[in-house]
Amino acid sequence: MVEIPILEVKNVSKRFVLQGQSIDALRDANLTVRKGEFICLIGASGCGKSTLLRIVAGFEQPTSGEALMWGKPVLGPAPDRGMVFQDYGLFPWLTVRQNIGFGPASRGRPKAEVRETVDRFVEMVGLTRFADVWPHQLSGGMKQRVAIARVLANDAEMVLMDEPFGALDAMTRERLQDELLEIWQRTGLTVLFVTHSIEEAIFLSNRVVVMEPGPGRIASTHEVELPRPRDVASPEFNAVRRVLSARLHSHHAPKAA
Amino acid sequence: MSQAVAEPVPAARRVPPFRRLLDSAGTVGLALIVPLLLLLFWHLAVAGGMTQLIPSPYDVAEYMVDFAWGGIWDDAFSGTLLIHLVASATRVYGGFALAALCAVPLGILIGRVPLIRDLLDPFLQLMRPIPVTAWLPLSMILFGLGPRSAFFLVFLGAFYPILLNTIFGVRSVETRLFEAASMLGCRGNAQFFKVVLPASLPSIFTGLRLGLGLAWFVIVVGEMTGVPQGLGAVIMDARTLSRTELVICGMIVIGIAGFISDRIVLALMNRLLRWSPQHHG
Repeated sequence: MVEIPILEVKNVSKRFVLQGQSIDALRDANLTVRKGEFICLIGASGCGKSTLLRIVAGFEQPTSGEALMWGKPVLGPAPDRGMVFQDYGLFPWLTVRQNIGFGPASRGRPKAEVRETVDRFVEMVGLTRFADVWPHQLSGGMKQRVAIARVLANDAEMVLMDEPFGALDAMTRERLQDELLEIWQRTGLTVLFVTHSIEEAIFLSNRVVVMEPGPGRIASTHEVELPRPRDVASPEFNAVRRVLSARLHSHHAPKAA
Repeated sequence: MSQAVAEPVPAARRVPPFRRLLDSAGTVGLALIVPLLLLLFWHLAVAGGMTQLIPSPYDVAEYMVDFAWGGIWDDAFSGTLLIHLVASATRVYGGFALAALCAVPLGILIGRVPLIRDLLDPFLQLMRPIPVTAWLPLSMILFGLGPRSAFFLVFLGAFYPILLNTIFGVRSVETRLFEAASMLGCRGNAQFFKVVLPASLPSIFTGLRLGLGLAWFVIVVGEMTGVPQGLGAVIMDARTLSRTELVICGMIVIGIAGFISDRIVLALMNRLLRWSPQHHG
């Protein structure tokens, strides 16, 4: 292999022990992500999509197998893989500006540089007017914008998103999807995005990874080659949706081996 | 991504000053109804001869003036309010400060270090149910009759609420915030000042507030130990001398002093915890 992928997940399994019972949250997952890709992980609950994301983030260690970032094993959380949580995970005692500057400031960047970085990303996510308010004063969509800006300001090469728009209303969700795509196209980020919405997955990604529960595993991978911007109402979009929908629902959980 | 259309919840509603004054006057008025009714009942009860042992509100008010400034009765207690208040306040704040100084770091350690938790937590939990009043005889033996004993009891009274709330605050920091900090590059001990401390500040403040309240609560017991000055001492002396109006004066002064010091902590708390939806305003 000539080109090293930004992320390689190799035979990753994760087993939890819950009340004396061992559960295969994830079995033998393999996934290769090239720089700049937008990949969605989709599947019913218990299919291991969040577990896979948390292993890539370094929050969990795999029971076997490994995740490689630029060919090096992931040993723990680090700024190159920024995580956006569904419940935002903002620091409530810091203002929007301070939240966005948290990463660069913790890593000892000079004050002037931090200020400049923060200004740039506050503007990128359209929160200039709200730069000095606390998170509890923001709407859900605005909080999620802060969370996105926070990982971008910290030079994340890869953004891991765990159902980031799941708690938002439909209108806000659509707007944030558009904004996320715009940022992705502009910055060349690599995105790994967990969702349970087929439409969201097709709308956003280059590649949809379908996962299944019992044991959690990757069932199939689908390239989405629709031109952008994508129209969720177009026949082509619906054709893809039909294929994925059939794929998601046709597989009943087989008995655990 | 150029403009945000959604508007945030405004930090403070714009209310005209006149309206705000009216509102706060209304709030104060509402709060005064019950005390005034009680005062009226007290007056009527005394005037109607229901009791001979309790002085009328007027007698108490008159004595309060004498207690504060003198010039009416000119007895041993006239014009001594400030001396007693300062004596008590010194013990209250001193004992409270010492309690805070011990309990906050100890609570953080117990909350964060399993070894220290296993070492100290069972012992402290065992000591906790013992009421401060039960410590009185022992404290007199240990610290002698006098201010040191009072100081110790106040310390003890304020210690537990501060300790327990600090432990609670430190232990209930959301896991999510640690995850967020570590993926942003803030790890290990740096998380203590950047995450643990700010996140547990609301609980620590709750503990401080309860602790200060209890310090005023305990001061009367603390000053039963034979100190010459202090509001508790005044109440105990007045009881011995059957000076009920003086007992009531002492009670009122403690109530007001405790109330004011609570308001100060509350104001400080609201100022420092403006970020918290439970505290701002």
